Parts: sequence; structure tokens; C-alpha cells
Amino acid sequence: MSAIVLLAADDINVAQNVAFGIIAAMMIFAALCVVTTKNVVHAALWLVLVLAGVAAQYILAAAEFVAVSQVLVYIGAVMVLFLFGIMLTRAKLGSEEGLNNPGFLLGIPVAVVLFGLLAYVSIDAFEDTTLPDRGPTPTELISDQFLSPYLVPFFALAFVLLAAAIGAIVLARKD
Amino acid sequence: MLAVNFLLLAAVLFCIGVYGVIARRNAVLVLMSIELILNAVNLNLIAFALLHGSVDGQVFALYVIAVAAAEVGVGLAMVLMIYRNRRSISLDELSEMKG
Repeated sequence: MSAIVLLAADDINVAQNVAFGIIAAMMIFAALCVVTTKNVVHAALWLVLVLAGVAAQYILAAAEFVAVSQVLVYIGAVMVLFLFGIMLTRAKLGSEEGLNNPGFLLGIPVAVVLFGLLAYVSIDAFEDTTLPDRGPTPTELISDQFLSPYLVPFFALAFVLLAAAIGAIVLARKD
Repeated sequence: MLAVNFLLLAAVLFCIGVYGVIARRNAVLVLMSIELILNAVNLNLIAFALLHGSVDGQVFALYVIAVAAAEVGVGLAMVLMIYRNRRSISLDELSEMKG
């Protein structure tokens, strides 16, 4: 692919590119393990690796605040929820059969075709576009955006979280 | 760094997530695959925020993170309720609504 050749020829910031490549390879391997492993707890732990890799890519892309939020919310909270969900719905530990649908092989051509389409469109549109080198984003810029132009969606999001919390309690109650 | 690197990585993660949603039968694993898809989208948002030099993409990514957290909470509560009623979280056994 032309992207690989350009990656090798791109001499803007070699260290950044190398770090990106290593983290990206780790993330792809971990993501493949999430969807293929036979052990549900291991799938959750591989997912931690993917989410940490995403946070590292955010830092490479100069989005520190989002990276910290990713670590707090995903690795801190969502993964604990997942592990609780696994432990509460399944007494058996270790690998188990029957995690996949009978026709799960159908997913492979769907994913490959979808990736071909997405890769073609991305390479076609952004083949030579280089990302600018920027320093860290000041968090006050993000808070300014949240509290002036995006204030109404912010309130809506607060209500969504409240409704989700109450809904989860109502759904999970014993009676 | 090339913008297409980020876009291709996000595309790979997205497709792996789609494969997981199609292939997995366990409801918790399907929720994990949905998390993969949401993270791929977030990666794109951050890449475009960097490309255009504006923080709007980062604000959207934070919204997506918050909504994903709410979605996981409600989704796992539903999975727990299904498990209590049926002693199983296999999605292909939930066929009462099939016409």
C-alpha cells in the first residue's frame, strides 16, 4: 500500500511514527485476541490493552485531556463493570465453548470487505495529508468549548447519564 | 505523521469490532466489540481535531466516551436481567420477538 511506503519516506518526526507503529501493532493484535479468545476474562484483559493503546495514540495526537479521560473512564470504570458483568453471569472460569455463533465465519468476509472499502476511501482522500506537529492542547480550550457553544449538549449528556444510572438500578433490582 | 495512518488504524479496529459483533454469541463479548467500534470512531475524531487544529473533535470524543459509559452500564444491567430470567446470556436464544 502506498501508505506504508509513505510512512517509510516520511521524515517529519521519525520517533513519533515508530511509536505509532509499535502501539498500533500491539492494539491490532490485542483487538484480534478480544474477538477470538475462548476465555471471557482474557477477552476483557486484552480489551484493557486496546484501550490503553488508544489512550497512548491520543497522547501522540496531542489530546492529553481525552487520553486521561479515556484511562479514567474506560480502564478505570468500564472495565470494572465488564469484569463484574462476567463474574455475575458466569460461575465457570477458564476457557469455554460456544462463545461464537454457528455461522461466525460469515463475519470474516464482511469485515474484510468493510475494511477494503474504508481503506480505499481513506487512502484516496488523505493520501498525502500530513498531520501538523502541535503541542499539548490546553484543557481550558476544551472547557471553553464545553461551557459556551456545546452547553446544551452538555446538559443533555448529564441527563443521559442520570437516566442511565437510574435505568441500570431499575433493571438490575432483584424484585 | 500521516493522517492516513490514524484513519487506517481506526478502520482496522472498526472492522475487528464489526466481526466481533457478528461472530460472538456471548452478550458481554458483543458489548466489548461495541467498545472497540466506539474507540475506533474516537480515534478518527482525535485525528481530525489534530488535522484541522480545532478542539471540537476532542469535545465530540469526550461526549462519545460519556455516552459509551452510560451504554455499558445499561447494557450490562440488561445482560444481568436476561441472565436472571433465563440462566444464559447466549444471544441466539433470545428469539421470542422473531416473527
